[in-house]
Amino acid sequence: MTDGILPAVLGRFEWQSLPFVRAWEHPNASEIVGAGAGAVVIIGAILVAALITRLGKWRYLWSEWFTSVDHKKIGIMYIVLAFVMLSRALIEGVLMRMQQATAVNSPGFIAPDHFAQLFSTHGTIMIFFMAMPFLTGLINYVMPLQIGSRDVAFPVLNSVSLWLTAAAAALVMASLVVGRFSTGGWSGYPPYTELAFSPGVGTDYWIWAVTLGSVGSTLTGINFAVTIYKMRCAGMRLMRMPLFVWTALCTSILMIFAMPPLTVATALLALDRYLDFHFFTNDLGGNMMNYANLFWLFGHPEVYILILPAFGVFSEVVSTFSSKQLYGYTSLVIATAVITVLSFTVWVHHFFTMGQAADINAAFGIATMAIGVPTGVKIYDWIWTMFLGRVRFTVPMLFSLAFMMTFVLGGFTGILLAFPPLDYLAHNTLFLVAHFHNMLIPGLLYGMLAGYHYWFPKAFGFRLDEKWGRISFGCWVLGFYLAFMPLYVLGASGMARRTQAVFEPSFRPWLYVAGIGALLLAGALASLFVQLWVSVRDRKANRVFAGDPWDGRGLEWSISAPPPEYNFAVLPQVNSRHPFHDGKRQDDPYAPPRAYEDITLPRNSMTGPAIGILAAAAAFGLVWHMWWLAIIGALAISAVVIARSFARDVEHTISADEVQRTEQRWLRAAANAAPIPRELEMTSANQGLAEVSA
Amino acid sequence: MSADEVRQAGLELGRNDLLTHEQAGSAIFGFWVFLMSDAVIFALLFATYGVMLPATVGGPTPADEYKLVPTLIETVLLLTSSFTFGLASVAMKHGASRRQLLGWLGVTLILGIGFLGMELHDFMIMFSDGAVPSRSGYLSSFFALVPLHGLHVFFGSVWIVVMMVQVLTFGLDARVKVNLQRLGLFWHFLDVVWIAIFSVVYLQGMIQ
Ligand code: HEM
Ligand SMILES: [Cu+2]
Repeated sequence: MTDGILPAVLGRFEWQSLPFVRAWEHPNASEIVGAGAGAVVIIGAILVAALITRLGKWRYLWSEWFTSVDHKKIGIMYIVLAFVMLSRALIEGVLMRMQQATAVNSPGFIAPDHFAQLFSTHGTIMIFFMAMPFLTGLINYVMPLQIGSRDVAFPVLNSVSLWLTAAAAALVMASLVVGRFSTGGWSGYPPYTELAFSPGVGTDYWIWAVTLGSVGSTLTGINFAVTIYKMRCAGMRLMRMPLFVWTALCTSILMIFAMPPLTVATALLALDRYLDFHFFTNDLGGNMMNYANLFWLFGHPEVYILILPAFGVFSEVVSTFSSKQLYGYTSLVIATAVITVLSFTVWVHHFFTMGQAADINAAFGIATMAIGVPTGVKIYDWIWTMFLGRVRFTVPMLFSLAFMMTFVLGGFTGILLAFPPLDYLAHNTLFLVAHFHNMLIPGLLYGMLAGYHYWFPKAFGFRLDEKWGRISFGCWVLGFYLAFMPLYVLGASGMARRTQAVFEPSFRPWLYVAGIGALLLAGALASLFVQLWVSVRDRKANRVFAGDPWDGRGLEWSISAPPPEYNFAVLPQVNSRHPFHDGKRQDDPYAPPRAYEDITLPRNSMTGPAIGILAAAAAFGLVWHMWWLAIIGALAISAVVIARSFARDVEHTISADEVQRTEQRWLRAAANAAPIPRELEMTSANQGLAEVSA
Repeated sequence: MSADEVRQAGLELGRNDLLTHEQAGSAIFGFWVFLMSDAVIFALLFATYGVMLPATVGGPTPADEYKLVPTLIETVLLLTSSFTFGLASVAMKHGASRRQLLGWLGVTLILGIGFLGMELHDFMIMFSDGAVPSRSGYLSSFFALVPLHGLHVFFGSVWIVVMMVQVLTFGLDARVKVNLQRLGLFWHFLDVVWIAIFSVVYLQGMIQ
């Protein structure tokens, strides 16, 4: 700390910060796994970079993707990020299951400190860098199309949000290569995460990754909410919006109000650690209950941020693949809004055992159970939607059905946990772990995957392979039940969560079953990648350029697949809840408009990637106490923002001629395509034109 | 939708450009939403302050540290700066000379800097009394809440400078106008937060 230029430059970095050096000095299984993971990150990065260089695609990526402010491209980049992070976090889940299965009265192959990093990164990534990017990406892509808009309200801000999220994810990845990650779990409870108990860089990685991610999500929430309030096309009244847009709106409102508590929680923890404040320390008047309240004031609404968009996807999918309009639209809207409001009234159920009076626990327990009511309403609405419909068991529909069954089960165990006296017995056990995976895997992951399958043809112009989709679906469902049902048993028998070693031989069979389930889940993800590969390979046979592969109901299906940069040549005018469905039946939706006009769109901008890179650098500097880097990063971000406010040439125009050419190409294709009936929608005959029956 | 319906209330953007009016509407509304989310942050810090107020652990207490006269002067400075910003907005809306607009912005800036200077001076005195954030939970919560407001005023001041430069470079194009209006919202918002700080933190502390 005192003399020498090196400490000033490198902060608290030392050679042992590198996992490779650690593995060299102590070559045990745990360190080697760590070094292996670090190597995968480095080699992976080098391989990707080499591949891009080889193909000469850097310029293309930079100018067509990274600097793009098109909501469609930003949405796709979010989802790519989500899949990358899902892969890492899922492997970590499998590792934890393997460890516990092998660690019955033996040390297993992963050291306690390493195990603690595994559950901390797994939880943090799954929530902040898998789930959030996935749903943000899906909303980004679909919502503007559904409301008949050409973009979101603040396209450049959208790109800034994306790159802040990516910077935060990069920080978590960096912790594999330099230093370690936090061992304090995804919730980062002090006083354990205070300097006194966690002096290393791990907690700081967690703090800054989560903070950047949460700022990004706040900005996203603002952006989406303003888009939905202000940019709906003519005639799109609130009660005509597709249900996915409703859930996107409610999720955005939750983001606006629920992310700030997280920012405050992590910022105060940072003040404690960096400037010797005493918010949550054991001494000098600190009070960790403040942290618990702040964190869960975010944490509970967060689960609805995650789940509502999936509810939206299921509403769209169930209605489309039953060829019926959504049953109980109004009740679904009201249920969504009720859930949004109630989600702010239940946060105490995350710490029933932490000392408040029994009456308070009772009030929050009852509020928690009350959320089951609107959720139940939704389940019934979806069931009634299918009733007497022409149900097709396509992959998105299968995910929706699996969701309904599985989610209800998880809801029941949630009601159990909402009884404070029962929670005293089950809290901190694997029963809870089983419960929230039982909610999040169907209620978030299945929803996102259903949406991915449903809108993929819209985004890329060809359908995903059905066979591999089914294989993957089978693995997800079977794997889920095998991996998580045993945890209910284990939890009820008293096995604590977050334990690296197990001392009860009778747990062994259950842990084996859970381990097999986890491997199946890894197989499920692998099948998704195989599916993507196969679908890209066979894309010629599965093109749906005309744009309407499922006889869709909303505006997003009324344009070509993939959509043109400007989305709509002429901004639509709607007069019902199912504009495209009705349009197809009333007159020809593929008739060219009377005239085309010039279209003005925002120009690409370097602002987003620049702020992302600088934020990552500044956060890295803060983690490693390289103060120069933190200061330069922060100043440079301000400079970029100010410079951007001086930019004036921020739009470009697509000429009416070009619009006309693009549109005519599509209209010709639509005219030549054969309309197909619903039985053939999963075959190569499907070119994206639906046979319309009255 | 007629042009009158979408015309942005606080701005004179020119009569016919519908799109600009629409975009201005979204821009201003978006900023309101941002302020709402910022207000949540302040609300949580106020709550934290309230909870930690008793945690003085034998160190300095609010009654020891808060002084009525300087905080009252700070209040007057900030309220006046809101008024002068209001005059700047009026100058912009009614197309007064650029000199007048810049003049009022300049006065606002000077008042803001005066506020910051006095506040820093208060903090220095507290520090020299040993009232530092590391002393107790109560002081930690004070130094998270009040300086965060100060930091906002600092950013607001930088923003005023940026806008003055933009008025000089671009004149009053639509984007300058929209950003000036956002800055106005921001500045008045800081006033509201300060009034809460003055009553909840300072006045309440001095009564005890
Ligand atoms: C898909 C396969 C998955 C597997 C095999 C898996 C496995 C695990 C395991 C073994 C744990 C540690 C349990 C313990 O504390 O003993 C865990 C914790 C956790 N998982 Fe998963 N998980 C999966 C998916 C997900 C998903 C999709 C999410 C969220 C969207 C998620 C969120 C979490 C969270 C928040 C924790 C708690 C971390 C902590 O203790 O701080 N997981 N998971
Ligand atoms: Cu909860």
